[in-house]
Amino acid sequence: MSTAWAASPSELLMRAATKAAGRRRSPIRRRLTLIAGLVMLGIAILAVLLAPVLVSQSPTTIDALHPLVPPLTAGHLLGTDQYGRDILARILYGGRIDLAIAFGATSVTLVGGTFIGLVAGYLGGRVDSVLMRLVDLFFAFPFLVLIIAIVAMLGPSIFNMFIAIWITSWVSYARIMRAQTVVAKKQQYVLAARALGYGPLRVMFRHILPNTASAVIIFSMVDAVGNIILAASLGFLGLGAQPPSPEWGAMISDGQNYILSSWWLATMPGLAVVFVGVAFSLIGDGLADLLRAGER
Amino acid sequence: MSRFGSLPRRLVHLVIVLFGITLVTFFLLRLIPGDPALAILGSSYTHTRAVAIDNFLGLNRPIWTQYGLFMGRLFHGNLGYSFFYNEPATTVISQHVAPTLFLVVYSAVLAALISFPIGFVAGLHRGGVLDQSSRIFFTLSFAMPAFWLGIILILLFSVHLHVFPISGFGSGFIGHLYYLFLPALTIALGFSTVLVRSLRSATIATLQAEFIDTARMKGIRWPLVLWRHVFRNAILAVVAVYGVNLAYLISGTVLVENVFSLPGLGTLLVSSVSDRDYPVVQGVTLLFAVLIVAINLLTDIVQAALDPRVGQEIGA
Repeated sequence: MSTAWAASPSELLMRAATKAAGRRRSPIRRRLTLIAGLVMLGIAILAVLLAPVLVSQSPTTIDALHPLVPPLTAGHLLGTDQYGRDILARILYGGRIDLAIAFGATSVTLVGGTFIGLVAGYLGGRVDSVLMRLVDLFFAFPFLVLIIAIVAMLGPSIFNMFIAIWITSWVSYARIMRAQTVVAKKQQYVLAARALGYGPLRVMFRHILPNTASAVIIFSMVDAVGNIILAASLGFLGLGAQPPSPEWGAMISDGQNYILSSWWLATMPGLAVVFVGVAFSLIGDGLADLLRAGER
Repeated sequence: MSRFGSLPRRLVHLVIVLFGITLVTFFLLRLIPGDPALAILGSSYTHTRAVAIDNFLGLNRPIWTQYGLFMGRLFHGNLGYSFFYNEPATTVISQHVAPTLFLVVYSAVLAALISFPIGFVAGLHRGGVLDQSSRIFFTLSFAMPAFWLGIILILLFSVHLHVFPISGFGSGFIGHLYYLFLPALTIALGFSTVLVRSLRSATIATLQAEFIDTARMKGIRWPLVLWRHVFRNAILAVVAVYGVNLAYLISGTVLVENVFSLPGLGTLLVSSVSDRDYPVVQGVTLLFAVLIVAINLLTDIVQAALDPRVGQEIGA
């Protein structure tokens, strides 16, 4: 009953990617997407971790003598903002916040949602219908609005943003995993495992999970793109990281005030978001190709 | 089996979801850590005012009585009192509905105009130039935050080309169309990613159907086959995707309204958050959720009306 109802754009994109994966592609090209994505993400993570080595400026030191310096100036590759803070330094240090949110939010909801979906699908009955009605309920709210409302009530901060994402984002994983489990439950290997007398826990985690996890793993990459954008969005609205911490969305929001004279303030951090987003997208596409092709 | 065979069941489902929505919005207020009256009043806290708020929200009563009070007020169209605007929350909210609705419809239409031709042609000429380039473009746009895309469009069209205004709602229908073009385009581009991809794969699937071969064997001209048989069948598959994503488009609206400073619900929501105007936050959340449920129901009805198979499949 709930299948035709709301599926997030990310879920639909994942389905499209997995469908496309059926087509024959050379093994090298198939891996190329994945490798490109991993390399891009690797560069982003290294750059963010090695920020103190890569740039000499601090992201929060104010330099009143050099405000709004354009990009490609000596000492300021990407220019400076209205307080003379180096934008490259702010992007690199700020990336720590955004990447941490992408990983922290995605991994927790991946594990939690998968677990809930697995249990609901396997046990069925009342547990299943209660959990799935709960999932439907979350899908009735516009995702961002619900997150904003929760952050509003808890008070704007990065930690509360985590909580809001954790509360709301597990539902997609639960639904995908449940659908997988319901199908797997009737298959020979599960029946065989049960016939051998294995308990539900063992069947769920040793048999069903390894055979069906690819769908949620692929989805988690699409979801990570969403979470990066979400982190930046909340920062942009002033509901995430608070100033002067150099979060990408907050930087874009600051930069919008200077759009008429200094375009680089808002543009540069956005490019960083797109870079990381594309990296996760490519990894997702590559994984879909690899895992799904192996299944067939 | 009637054409709308599954609708009664859907309606029951709808009532349950609506009930759940009121529960969630009610409990939102309980998420406020500590004393809500203190959070609401902030620096203007006095004991008398706090007691008044406690009484008004019913905070001194058992939780289920509070929910009953909340529902009772809701049925009378009373969402509480905006502490910031000093007006009933419903009045405040209703003043901000028009720009948001206009923007939602505008960007939905724009998205259809952009993505239907692209998705269809990309599906017809798989691997062609348009297919490849649209794929790259939409991979990029999926990773793009809507608010940033909006700023880039402002930079291009307003700051450099001086074609469109930076912000504002305009006056009159034509004025709205003109002023809201960039915001609507921003949302539509994000929305198009999913539409193009699903129309593309639906077109590919339809081309392989046997009735296409039949139509060609009957000697119908190819353009006519494309229009009557391929496009119309492919677009059916996209209706569900369209409806579902219309709901997601609303999330985009919240951000884009803030970029272009439009006096809509999204701007109201965010400003109410910083003003700690909890009844307004609650009301806007509720309104958005009801809007989404309505859109989903409408999608179901349209789908059943367009495609007789849908109602039967679900009802069976």
